[in-house]
Amino acid sequence: MTALIETTGLTKHYPAGDGVVAALQDVTLAIAPGRFVAAMGPSGSGKSTFLNLIGCLDRPTRGSYGLMGEDVGALSHDRLADLRSRRLGFVFQSFNLLPRADALANVELPLIYRGMPKRLRRERAAAALAAVGLGDRMHHRPTQLSGGQQQRVAIARAIVGSPDLILADEPTGALDTRTGLSIMALFQALNREGVGILMVTHDPDVARFAERVLRFRDGRLIADETQSAASAEAALAALPEADAAA
Amino acid sequence: MNALLPPITTAARRGIDVLEALRGALSALSANLLRSILTALGIFIGVAAVIATVAVGEGARRQVLAQIQSLGANLLIVWGGSATMGGVRLGAGGRSNLAWDDAVAIAREIPEVQVAAGSIRQTFQVVAGNQNWSTTVLATEPDYFIAHEWVADSGRLFSPEEAAGGRKVVILGATVAEMLFAEEDPVGREIRIRQTPFEVIGVMARKGQNPTGQDQDDTVFVPYWTARRSVMGASRANARQVGVISVKVHEGENMAAAEEAIRVLMRQRHRVAANEPDSVSIRNLSDIQATRDASARTLSTLLASVAAVSLLVGGIGVMNIMLVSVTERTREIGLRLAIGARRRDVLAQFLLEAVMLALLGGAAGVLAGIALSHILADVAGWPVLVRADAVLIAVGVSALTGLCFGFWPARRAAHLDPITALRHE
Repeated sequence: MTALIETTGLTKHYPAGDGVVAALQDVTLAIAPGRFVAAMGPSGSGKSTFLNLIGCLDRPTRGSYGLMGEDVGALSHDRLADLRSRRLGFVFQSFNLLPRADALANVELPLIYRGMPKRLRRERAAAALAAVGLGDRMHHRPTQLSGGQQQRVAIARAIVGSPDLILADEPTGALDTRTGLSIMALFQALNREGVGILMVTHDPDVARFAERVLRFRDGRLIADETQSAASAEAALAALPEADAAA
Repeated sequence: MNALLPPITTAARRGIDVLEALRGALSALSANLLRSILTALGIFIGVAAVIATVAVGEGARRQVLAQIQSLGANLLIVWGGSATMGGVRLGAGGRSNLAWDDAVAIAREIPEVQVAAGSIRQTFQVVAGNQNWSTTVLATEPDYFIAHEWVADSGRLFSPEEAAGGRKVVILGATVAEMLFAEEDPVGREIRIRQTPFEVIGVMARKGQNPTGQDQDDTVFVPYWTARRSVMGASRANARQVGVISVKVHEGENMAAAEEAIRVLMRQRHRVAANEPDSVSIRNLSDIQATRDASARTLSTLLASVAAVSLLVGGIGVMNIMLVSVTERTREIGLRLAIGARRRDVLAQFLLEAVMLALLGGAAGVLAGIALSHILADVAGWPVLVRADAVLIAVGVSALTGLCFGFWPARRAAHLDPITALRHE
């Protein structure tokens, strides 16, 4: 089976002052479709640069990157936008929802850029919201939703286009433990349905829910371990009652 | 790949939903309603002012044009110079040196001329029953009405036979008819001019004021030879004298050439020596018209410059606020780029917002301008005319302003780096 992601010698340099900063150096790896992978490391380790390259938001200085067998390195801005729209979904630490639009309109947004007719768009967006458990909050605006609910809307927006891979940048960073766990549980549920997930985090408590952990330091991939993922549902159930009440 | 939602079968991505884009632009503008209104205000005021001033200018121009046309098209007026009596020049306002036969000669000898009619006027008290009115009696021939493109409103004009035969018939100007007969029909009635009874055979159509403000309808018309015999007591010396000759040049003929031919002919007939000045002066109404047109053009140019400046200022306002908007919404732009918007989608989004902003300002300005024109018409009584092309141009130029001044901010938005944009605080 074709790998979802295949990188060879992936390198990214940024100009800084007189010289360059090697944000990412010689990363060679492959990720099969439908996996839940965490990228870990302290800030400045290169994990975010890696995520941006995999997310087709940036182009490598050297090396190659193939997404579903397609060489991304040489593509134009428009083709990259097209790839992001068809293959990828993004989830951010700060949700990045449009404040003036309700949940449904926020989820519809990626489909607008795919030129989908309105009726179809609505149906899919509603289905995606139902899939993240917000079927009854479709017409709420972001300000009327809790942090966890907002992140669920963002996840619905990420899955609405049937992506092969969700790229999540510290998705629980702005959430309390319980809500964070529920988001991890949602990720695991989506992953069971076949969606690949690449999650960047600095928090080992979050990384343990992934089945593979990539460790970065100083722009290099220093470890690539497969683990048996912990169950977020179980962790949620194990939380003390006092915490649940909060 | 995943089983969560059915795969999307739409193969190619198509254009963005236009209606959706419009709604998005409007919602973005209404999110900062006050700011949008203040920004559009520049264009609003500019457009409103231009629409109103153009309407007033156009109304005035039409009025002048109508007045000039009311005098008759292709019309040359030949004024006599002062007559010379025994070497004494009598000066302007003195007796005319133009004669009835000069008009006949102009009509006969100059091919460009369609008709030439001599006329002479004098003020008399005219009486009808127990009413009387001081008015101008104009003695002329039927060709006068052809030259001045003037028709009877009721009754008829005099025939050439009546003109030549000295019959005592009269045609009333509309004002005189009103003064002497009020609501009654004057045709067939009798009026007296200097005790002489005249039969009213017609009433002229109303012409209104001439460009110098005289009421052209405050006149009665009598056949030339009748007047000379019965009313304007003529001595032997001035028996064939006329005050002015109205000359109508054939449609499409060169007015200047006709004018020159008349000048030469009059010099011959009045035996003017080569070193003497012309014996007549000739006024060409199209000259007056050209002068008025030129001044109207100057005014239009001035207005256009004012409009250009106000739109420039408005456009800079739009650009300014769009730059602010792009900065404020940097994260939104980053997000849109990340979830699949192409650069041109973002460009179109911000361009559309700028155009909508300018267009709404312009459209509101048009409405306000039209309203202002009507207020001016009602309150000040000015003739106004809102021209459809002025409205279309105003709206079009507003949209163009938005497009031009919105382009740079929109381009800046489209070329943002999604990673930096998403990190923007």
